[in-house]
Amino acid sequence: MSFFRPPTQLFESWGMGHDLAFLIATVVCILAICLPVMLSVAMVIYVDRKIWAAMALRRGPNVVGPLGLLQSFADGLKVFLQETIIPTAANKGLFLIGPIVTFTVALLAWAVIPFNSNAILANINVGLLYILAISSLGVYGTIMAGWASNSKYPFFSAMRASAQMISYEVSIGFILICVVLWAGSFNMDTIVQAQKGHVLGFFNGFAFNPLLFPMWVMFLISGMAETQRAPFDLAEAESELVAGYQTEYSSMAFALFWLGEYGNVLLMCALNATLFWGGYLPPLEIPILYAVPGIIWLLLKIAFGFFVFSWVKATVPRYRYDQLMRLGWKVFLPVSLFFVFLVSGWLMATGHFA
Amino acid sequence: MTVAQLVKSFTLWEFVKAHTLTLKYFFKPKATINYPFEKNPLSPRFRGEHALRRYPNGEERCIACKLCEAVCPAQAITIESQPRDDGSRRTTRYDIDMTKCIFCGFCQEACPVDAVVEGPNFEYATESREELLYDKAKLLANGDKWERAIAANLEADAPYR
Repeated sequence: MSFFRPPTQLFESWGMGHDLAFLIATVVCILAICLPVMLSVAMVIYVDRKIWAAMALRRGPNVVGPLGLLQSFADGLKVFLQETIIPTAANKGLFLIGPIVTFTVALLAWAVIPFNSNAILANINVGLLYILAISSLGVYGTIMAGWASNSKYPFFSAMRASAQMISYEVSIGFILICVVLWAGSFNMDTIVQAQKGHVLGFFNGFAFNPLLFPMWVMFLISGMAETQRAPFDLAEAESELVAGYQTEYSSMAFALFWLGEYGNVLLMCALNATLFWGGYLPPLEIPILYAVPGIIWLLLKIAFGFFVFSWVKATVPRYRYDQLMRLGWKVFLPVSLFFVFLVSGWLMATGHFA
Repeated sequence: MTVAQLVKSFTLWEFVKAHTLTLKYFFKPKATINYPFEKNPLSPRFRGEHALRRYPNGEERCIACKLCEAVCPAQAITIESQPRDDGSRRTTRYDIDMTKCIFCGFCQEACPVDAVVEGPNFEYATESREELLYDKAKLLANGDKWERAIAANLEADAPYR
């Protein structure tokens, strides 16, 4: 728990007991992760729009602030000043809890992302399982919102979204098993360390491994489906379902959905960086690259991952629902299952577990 | 499915091609302009907001012949006229309902004295519908405001008429 030690010692030096100091240090560390994440979510929405615009030969937001950098904050302000409308027939409690769940869950999983060696909020042994559990919880926010709205299109959308998330979680599970087999641990920090010099002692990252490279591609695609990004944004297919499960929402609740959605996308990018691109390690095993702090490498990898997400959004048209399900169950599931056998067979044959 | 197709679909070949294309476009110059600060050039024949012009001595051109009112396909123009104190026929009322106008330019074509013209201005959005019901004073003010641009446009287009 070296992450907490410096702040804990600081608070202890101010005359607090150890337990209280530890509690306050934990809260401070949580804020130190959540606030930058929320800020980067705002910036990432802007970046997303800019990339999307550039690929369509447009300019994107460029009016609010220098280069339009403050666009998301202007949007946020506008949304906060709106009236919160709760439909008469809506289930009030669930209606309000829905966006809160979505947003909270998007932030929760950051607890186990290692930002540097030993800089991890909760260095638990089952980090990856924790992530799987938390990302499964995200379905509840969506389906609560869709059901509590008491409106048919949000309900259809929530059904689609939850079916989609559940389907792709299955293949994500198998993909992660390959990673776990190779790393030999569920601990996120250990997984990152296992990628050090993974390929030929020179490339850091499972994505460079020819056996895991297809898994990485599938993880990326499943990640897009899991976070309902284009081309899998069927839950908010505006030509069919108005605005999806957030149709009846306005003001703060709507903003929370928006933040949660992009928070999930960022989280997927962080997971992708941590599990396949070597997390806080530099991409190549060259000593001088270690002069750059690990968190910079991680942020660069997350940023590049997000660029890929936006790139795909700007390129690929939306899937049809049957195509989505076919891809999830009839392509990704068998292929990832096959790769579990392949990877474990390879590891057994080469004496990885010996 | 042939083997070639299978290989193509499993290597995501189409997607790779599509993404190289969009990446190429990512670095291309933008096709759009930075609108309120940059504007596209307008033809001298551009038919924008209406204006009533004056002669250089300040006398209004319109002689209340009502040709524009007659030709207007949307019936957006309403004119009432009366002899002025000096005996010349002038309009007492010259209204254009900009919400009806279809910007065909027939009024401009019909006018024997180049009084009513459609100027180069297209940025006259208003906050209420009533503000778009232009009266004579508003149209004359438009004429005074845009006279230089209108005169230049008429001159540029004159050889082709």
